[in-house]
Amino acid sequence: MPSIADDLLRTLAPQVLGRLVRRYGQFDLAEDATQDALVKAATLWPDEGTPDNPGGWLYTVASHRLVDLIRSEAARRAREEDYAVQAAVAADAADDPASVAPDDDTLDLLFLCCHESLSTSSQIALTLRAVGGLTTAEIASAYLVPESTMAQRISRAKQTIKSAGLRFGELEPAQRRERIDAVARVLYLMFNEGYAATAGGELTRVDLSSEAIRLARRLHGILPGDGEAAGLLSLMLLTDARRPARTTSTGDLVPLDEQDRTLWNRAAIAEGSELLVGALKSSPTGPYLVQAAIAAIHDEAESAESTDWEEVLHLYGLLDHMVSNPMVTLNRAIAVAMVDGPAASLRMLDRLAGDPAIGGHYRLESVRAHVLEMAGDVAAARAAYRAAARATLSLPERRYLERRAARL
Amino acid sequence: MKYLLMMQVDRSVLDALSAEQMDEIGAGHGAFIDAITASGEFILTQALGDPSESAVIRSAGGVPQVHDGPFLEAKEFLGGFYIVDVDSRERALELAQQIPDAKIDGLAIEVRPIMFEKAADI
Repeated sequence: MPSIADDLLRTLAPQVLGRLVRRYGQFDLAEDATQDALVKAATLWPDEGTPDNPGGWLYTVASHRLVDLIRSEAARRAREEDYAVQAAVAADAADDPASVAPDDDTLDLLFLCCHESLSTSSQIALTLRAVGGLTTAEIASAYLVPESTMAQRISRAKQTIKSAGLRFGELEPAQRRERIDAVARVLYLMFNEGYAATAGGELTRVDLSSEAIRLARRLHGILPGDGEAAGLLSLMLLTDARRPARTTSTGDLVPLDEQDRTLWNRAAIAEGSELLVGALKSSPTGPYLVQAAIAAIHDEAESAESTDWEEVLHLYGLLDHMVSNPMVTLNRAIAVAMVDGPAASLRMLDRLAGDPAIGGHYRLESVRAHVLEMAGDVAAARAAYRAAARATLSLPERRYLERRAARL
Repeated sequence: MKYLLMMQVDRSVLDALSAEQMDEIGAGHGAFIDAITASGEFILTQALGDPSESAVIRSAGGVPQVHDGPFLEAKEFLGGFYIVDVDSRERALELAQQIPDAKIDGLAIEVRPIMFEKAADI
């Protein structure tokens, strides 16, 4: 899509789609119709100028396309379904539910795309397309898969939504909370996929991180009073702020304590911190807020040495109580090493090694290697660095760990 | 995450297959490709020529030398592979078990994660 209209189109895309789904209920066809309207706009607008009411233009084009799609789908089917189709087409003439805010449509779309009945990769792909307004080709290239594979994945996801009969609707407060948490989880996975690609040659895939931030910003915009939505955006901003210092010009990984802090993105840190402070005052503290608070401590420290590790340790303790996740315990072990020394940390790591969820994971070996190095146990540290290097699926991580072993 | 599913084959096992078994394996691969295409997990598959067609480049004193024949006279060799993009290692193992070779004694599928990739047109 041409860049002039790009941002506008991508902001309008989920609003148009959401309105169509609310009105016609046919997510799969409505999604196709919206993509067609986007392509049409991207072709026409640069020449003919952006219409006065771009959202209305898109909605009109998309709804006509949708009616066509519903008709042609119907033509392929048996006659007895005619009634349902006529009812759907008749809705075209009926009053538009304009009372529903575009924000609610976008949120309902996010709920649908991140629904638990879909696989993780489908959730992410569908969210990027239906809410993020990206084309299938763009999503495919972000994930380094052929376009046909991504197209099939999206089509399968839409089929799942259709056959499960998922639609927009009123939710109980507990259900709504669950859905918001599911959306946050998907966006955070998307962000991490971009930030530290688990497999691949380059440490950061800029596009996916930026897309995740864009969508998290949207989620926070829709739910300004939700502490976890604010925490998620804050965490992403505070983490992404360190990206310029995280790798060297040759793509090598630089650990936090060796990063050039003048390269950190101050604007992102300021925005993330402000979000964090605001949310901590007004909302109950959830896991994303706590993680954002930890990221803020690192970002606000002048140097690695002046980091307030006591506070980091306290926050990891809090997080450990909120979510039962060995990765959190692993991070807490790093803080323990900094506050109480390597011996206490190593005891924690030994206990973790027995947990099948994390035993043998390269992150555990990597943390153990660093703590052993701190303790002055050179031989054991070297062996742990090498074990971690063998287990990681990230090439930059492997290079970093091997160099760390060689340096001892 | 992407996985390489390597079909390790054994010439003596292949030679002992009946015509029906060979047809079944061929049809099984077709059905497998259809299934993983439909699920959006299929990236690529390739079958390799016989190792007797191989040439091996090996350095002698820092100079590359071409040798005919396989690198090693192993009983098992790489017959072909699939590349799939899946949500988890468990799913990769599940898919590997659906490859028809997995049901023939003496053949094997090795499943290994892919760490780096670059493609001409993807």
